[in-house]
Amino acid sequence: MHNELMSTSHDIESESVVVRFAGDSGDGVQLMGTQFVASTALAGSDFATFPDYPAEIRAPAGTTFGVSAYQINLGAGPITTAGDAPQVLVAFNPAALKVNLPLLRKGALVVINTDSFTGRGLAKAGYDLDPRKTGALDGYQLVEVDVSRLTLEAVKAFGLSKSDAGRCKNFWSLGLMLWMFGRDFDNIEDWVRKRFAANETVRDANIAALHAGHAYGETAELSAALPQLATRRAAFAPGEYRGVRGSEALALGLAAAGELADRPVVFCSYPITPASPLLHQLARLGSLGVGVFQAEDEIAAVCAAMGASYGGTIGVTSSSGPGIALKTEAIGLAINAELPLIVIDSQRGGPSTGLPTKTEQSDLYQAVYGRNADAPLPVLSARSPGDCFEVAIEAVRIALRHMTPVFVLTDGYLANAAEPWLIPDVDSFEPIQSSGVLEGQPGDAQAAAFARDPKTLGRPWIAPGMPGLMHRIGGLEKDIASGHISYDAANHQAMTQLRADKVAAVAEFIPEQDVVIGPKQGKVAVVGWGSTYGALYQAVRRVGQRHPDQVGHIHIRHINPFPKNMAALLAGFDKVVVPEMNMGQLATLLRDKLGIKVVQLNKVTGQPFLIDELVDFIELQLAADAGQAARPRAVQGERS
Amino acid sequence: MSAQLTAKDFTSEQEVRWCPGCGDYAILKSVTRALADVGAEPQNTVFVSGIGCASRFPYYVETYGFHTIHGRAPAVATGLKLANPALDVWVVTGDGDALSIGGNHLLHALRRNVGLKILLFNNEIYGLTKGQYSPTSRLGTKSPSSPAGSYDNPVSPGLFALGSGARFIARAIDVDKPGLGSVLEAANGQEGTAFVEIYQNCIVYNDNVFGAFTDKKTAADTQIHVQHGEPLVFGENGSKGLRFDVGRMRLEIVDTAEAGAEVLIHDEKNTTLAQLLLSMAAPEFPVALGVVYRDPAESFESKFYRNHPTQLKRTGRVNDALRHTNTWWVK
Repeated sequence: MHNELMSTSHDIESESVVVRFAGDSGDGVQLMGTQFVASTALAGSDFATFPDYPAEIRAPAGTTFGVSAYQINLGAGPITTAGDAPQVLVAFNPAALKVNLPLLRKGALVVINTDSFTGRGLAKAGYDLDPRKTGALDGYQLVEVDVSRLTLEAVKAFGLSKSDAGRCKNFWSLGLMLWMFGRDFDNIEDWVRKRFAANETVRDANIAALHAGHAYGETAELSAALPQLATRRAAFAPGEYRGVRGSEALALGLAAAGELADRPVVFCSYPITPASPLLHQLARLGSLGVGVFQAEDEIAAVCAAMGASYGGTIGVTSSSGPGIALKTEAIGLAINAELPLIVIDSQRGGPSTGLPTKTEQSDLYQAVYGRNADAPLPVLSARSPGDCFEVAIEAVRIALRHMTPVFVLTDGYLANAAEPWLIPDVDSFEPIQSSGVLEGQPGDAQAAAFARDPKTLGRPWIAPGMPGLMHRIGGLEKDIASGHISYDAANHQAMTQLRADKVAAVAEFIPEQDVVIGPKQGKVAVVGWGSTYGALYQAVRRVGQRHPDQVGHIHIRHINPFPKNMAALLAGFDKVVVPEMNMGQLATLLRDKLGIKVVQLNKVTGQPFLIDELVDFIELQLAADAGQAARPRAVQGERS
Repeated sequence: MSAQLTAKDFTSEQEVRWCPGCGDYAILKSVTRALADVGAEPQNTVFVSGIGCASRFPYYVETYGFHTIHGRAPAVATGLKLANPALDVWVVTGDGDALSIGGNHLLHALRRNVGLKILLFNNEIYGLTKGQYSPTSRLGTKSPSSPAGSYDNPVSPGLFALGSGARFIARAIDVDKPGLGSVLEAANGQEGTAFVEIYQNCIVYNDNVFGAFTDKKTAADTQIHVQHGEPLVFGENGSKGLRFDVGRMRLEIVDTAEAGAEVLIHDEKNTTLAQLLLSMAAPEFPVALGVVYRDPAESFESKFYRNHPTQLKRTGRVNDALRHTNTWWVK
């Protein structure tokens, strides 16, 4: 929530640097990236990161499809995206250069590991000729460093095998980067000591490589070619901070919800990319009252979570789009049986297996509309890594208050991206009340189990084990009064209406929709949801500097139902534009629920929005006649 | 419970809607009686079912009940056991529910050894959808979806359970009150999964399909009621017995008077014997009934709680966990 924390309004570009590390999946690029981020945080800079994994675990070394990258945007901030075009690229091999060169800003600094630029390495990357000789690198600042050889020399004393010694090159390169950014490496050294405590040789070799890379930067000959980049400290609000990834914040948020509701959390899941990090995070939170069950399949995962909810704990399941599809029938049962259940969807590119490691926001239809029959449920979305924490709490609050399954939409970008986070205080959140047995309940246990709170329309949560309240629930339609099975026509009409009213009732309990940045009425409302938050925020901010008080950024957490003021808020703008990473799913929902005209901007390249492309689009909309036909537009994304 | 409850106390007021003459009625009676006999507590007893004729069962028992979706009852019941391992959870399922659409969940509940009592009502037909052949239907079963006779090989529920790692496998016939009653009591006492196959007659779509061994007139020769530690004998006055034919590695039927000590003694912990007994089929062999295999092991929920040393209780605070990483202060 950078906008609330910071007050600087300097030009963003000069305030930040975008750095990208790229190499084979086995090169330790992700580890190098996360350690670089740790030093960035300690240096007081704001940052946002974007790990870009290949789909293959270990593709053949040196090939373009095995390239793994880690991008960091760092500086004074506010920084809300991992940055558009990198200004610094560290490429461990020709394939990493080939894949990432098109992303770079002209004039970018390109550091390459020269000894992989041999005939074989070039051929594996699909280069016919050495790019250093074809002019492909003209206009970039090329720095050639023999990283592999220098690393081998640095760790020679430790007697490692050649391949083990070669693995130290990420630490050598990290040392060089730390020198470039004027960083201290004490805390990284501490981390290496702990991480590799079991193997003293590897530990000492990594530390030696780190020192050697740093020392290499200091040598006089190089400083001319290799500039030192100073990063500014960010203007953070006072408080205690940590770095957080979306999956960590989501896991901690679920644990916090359990604490606030004073109930255990039982998380049931089946591994799937990119949702698995949440499973891994929660598996470590046992002391916070979290139990984790790895089910045999997606259907078993949602069913076990529902069984856990039936038993009086907070049942949570998680997956990505294809797995959510498998859970659909069971979610319908949770709606009909009126049990609380949290369903977390880490969206990815699709349909089908699609682009498992790439980000897309294309499960909104699935969440809102994707079940047989009239089966409404509340849907929330998280907009940043830190926001996942609050959204998890909010989802559990709604599920327990209204006795309903609740969908939470995140995505692969959010799950893996990291940002600095002002650590929240769990005690500052309202305790979560669950729907209880009402006073003056009917004497019959079956009817008591369906005696609703008139405001929330939630029924009591009566778990087996409670004496005198034995009752039956299930997927068959039930009588609105007695709770027994009913095939009565008018009753089904009434129950269908009740299920719709129950979800609509959520709107009475949630905050009104706010405007993130910009005026509350004006020419253009830029409406988004989910992980596009950072890019939309920066784009609207930049447009606002040129055209003050014309463009507002509205970012929706409550997708279903919308906050009550949504229609009135959007009516205050001449035009509503909806950029999203799908073919127009929120746009459809806005048209459906509010009956308004919207202009779409759709991007489905598997890569996040670039700020530049958003700025261009918003300015085009500002310039165009407000009454002009709203035609969907697609971004021509970069190809990788 | 202060007063001893009766079968009637476990019978709900719901009108039972199975077809007249359905084997499910007899099973319901035996189950409510068994619940009373073992001193079950209604508030701590839950019946979980999937979809099918058998899955209507929870409505008719005066305990907690959850009628879920097709094939998924073992998965829902697993989550329930994790949430509250103190509950007695019974899963009621059929041959289609358990072995077709829900085959995967049954496999995993068995191999994990979740503390569930799984009652599989096997009638070798899909009843609720009006008579199509099921995964246990014999080859050549004529049905609306197989007018010329089915050609899928049937699965044996008992052998499936054994192969899945079940630690308790028992069999009974719907109308055999003492046989079914004792099997249900044994299932109730099992730690981990108790798998019970009940031969259930579907009077409408598959009447008398088990007649070859359920007919009372010939039962003595067509059924063998196994008892741990007792000789495997059947027939009038125990005149026939089972012997292991070493040369052919199979069971054979012998005259007990002649075979004497060579008649096998039932060992319920022996998986090889269990496999041989579960494979026996009429008319060549008697059908094995009773507790065929029982070798208890720690239940899944016990291991789950052992691996969550706090028993899902909170011993830490999220406010502290939020700081289990590098943090820094901004003044």
